[in-house]
Amino acid sequence: MAQIEIKNVAKRFGTYQALHDINLTIQDQEFMVLLGASGCGKTTLLRIIAGLETATTGEVSIGGRRVDHLAPKDRGIAMVFQNYAVFPHLTVFENIGFGLRMQKLPNDEVKDRVERTAELMHIEQLLKRYSGELSGGQRQRVAVARALAMEPDVILMDEPLSNLDALLRMEMRAELKGVLATSNTTAIYVTHDQVEAMSMADRISVMHQGEIVQAASPIEVYRNPAAEFVAGFIGNPPMNFLPAAPAGDGKWTVAGQVMDGPRSGKPLKFAIRPEDMRPADEGLTATAKVVEPLGAHLLITCEVQGSMFRAVLDSDMSVNPGDQLTLAPQPDRMRWFDPDTTLAVA
Amino acid sequence: MNARLLPYVLILPVTLFLCLFFLYPFLLVSKQAFSTGAGFTLDNFREVTGYWKFPITMRNTLLLAAAVVPIQLALALLMATMVNRMKKGRDLVLYVWTIPLGISDLAAGIIWLAIFEQSGFLNSMMSGLGLVDKPVNLLTFQNPGIVFLAIMLAEIWRATAIMLVILVAGIGLIPKEYYEAAEVFGASPWKRFLRITLPLLRPSLQTALVLRVILAFEIFAVVAALGGTLFPVLMGETYAYQFDLLNSGAAAALALIILAISIAFTLIILRVLRVPKGATI
Repeated sequence: MAQIEIKNVAKRFGTYQALHDINLTIQDQEFMVLLGASGCGKTTLLRIIAGLETATTGEVSIGGRRVDHLAPKDRGIAMVFQNYAVFPHLTVFENIGFGLRMQKLPNDEVKDRVERTAELMHIEQLLKRYSGELSGGQRQRVAVARALAMEPDVILMDEPLSNLDALLRMEMRAELKGVLATSNTTAIYVTHDQVEAMSMADRISVMHQGEIVQAASPIEVYRNPAAEFVAGFIGNPPMNFLPAAPAGDGKWTVAGQVMDGPRSGKPLKFAIRPEDMRPADEGLTATAKVVEPLGAHLLITCEVQGSMFRAVLDSDMSVNPGDQLTLAPQPDRMRWFDPDTTLAVA
Repeated sequence: MNARLLPYVLILPVTLFLCLFFLYPFLLVSKQAFSTGAGFTLDNFREVTGYWKFPITMRNTLLLAAAVVPIQLALALLMATMVNRMKKGRDLVLYVWTIPLGISDLAAGIIWLAIFEQSGFLNSMMSGLGLVDKPVNLLTFQNPGIVFLAIMLAEIWRATAIMLVILVAGIGLIPKEYYEAAEVFGASPWKRFLRITLPLLRPSLQTALVLRVILAFEIFAVVAALGGTLFPVLMGETYAYQFDLLNSGAAAALALIILAISIAFTLIILRVLRVPKGATI
């Protein structure tokens, strides 16, 4: 059992506050992705869990045991580094067996476990090579195998796929997810790539400026962003925002249209995903500016009462720049945000 | 200018310079070593190796190198590791530690002579503390151990920094991520030094050791200042053949023997510390 509990963790580098009071519980065998733009503190949080960085305040527990004062090796973790950190002077075999050798396991067991994990990662034919003779993808596999060979309770991954080319990244994504699902380890995975996060995670923690803005399942993060930042960060293209003026009794005026919304007295922001817009007889009036046929659908960047607005429409539609469109939002997909707190309003 | 030719044109001046001032004199010395006036001969080599002092000078030189170089290597590694960990003042410490590099070897020998001689600092200190009644002459034939120790100390003081600067540069090239990976996978600081720093430092260790070992076989001025004739070394003998005995053939032969030893040790060091193909950082 390796549930990870992070309580009130904060980190300060000099005058820079990298993390503010982080609270997060990661369930046993859960695949948790820390997602955010660079500089949001996700790697710092991972390094604090690993023990490579010390939190300024707060507690970290793994499997019910406080680990903040333990050395990384005593935390029951293994890690995959962004630049792989595959030791250049050791063969692939010795790289995968490095941690096992440090534990002074007998040779037979080292050999057995190295060969088993190498097979799992499909690199059994590379065991005698040095890292200088490997491709980026192969090094990546060695780094993952080295972590898995430890049979850790928790496996920490710091942007492990960011140095691979797009095709390889997609392939490794699926493979990594499969391997980790069968390994019964709790995984924390840091990435800035939302597609990676959406496709791999059991749960995503979206981080922004040293805080966790939302921690929820991928579909929840996508459908019900807890804050404007999440709505604007997740999804490609991201959510559209339009100012909404109260029209009394749960009614709102958005770009001249009256819509049903939450009961609130002050102005809100109306938000909708581009793919949740439909051409209709009645709705928002939009002027198409740029039309991008993407094969599966049509991405239209338009203007709605002076604001930029994107819609994803069926590729059969014929739209030209300058055309006037009437687009209606799907009622159950409309979201509302408080412009002061930037949080979602239900 | 043809781009393929340009590099060769650019290295031409230095090549010519080396040919003129190194290769040509080297050939002259070789010719001198292998001739006594009439044709090719090994007489010069027979003369120098047959002389009763030759085994002693050879033994002294090797002994000194064997005593000094490992200590310097250990010290340089320790100092380089410490400097590398420093966040502030690193450059200042490095400058201070490398000051001895800027001092000529003869001057270094004289500095240490000022410490060890009869009227030197060590004697004044010892008599000041009441450890000795009157200043004693430490550097005499009765105290070969002290003479050896003084030379060792002077050499360590003088020439550790040359290894230090090479190793500091080498350690700086090792990515931090390797240390973090090693730490996560259970390596203690000592294990990280043994299993990460040392192997990844092999190219720098090669350079530092080759340079230092060659210098150790060429030791002359420090020994001359501190030991005089009490501790004969190969280079001192070469000097004696050339300028005291005016036997330049024998001096040339001995110089070539020193060169051969240096080349042999260089090859051994390069071989032992070689980096397998594909195993570089």
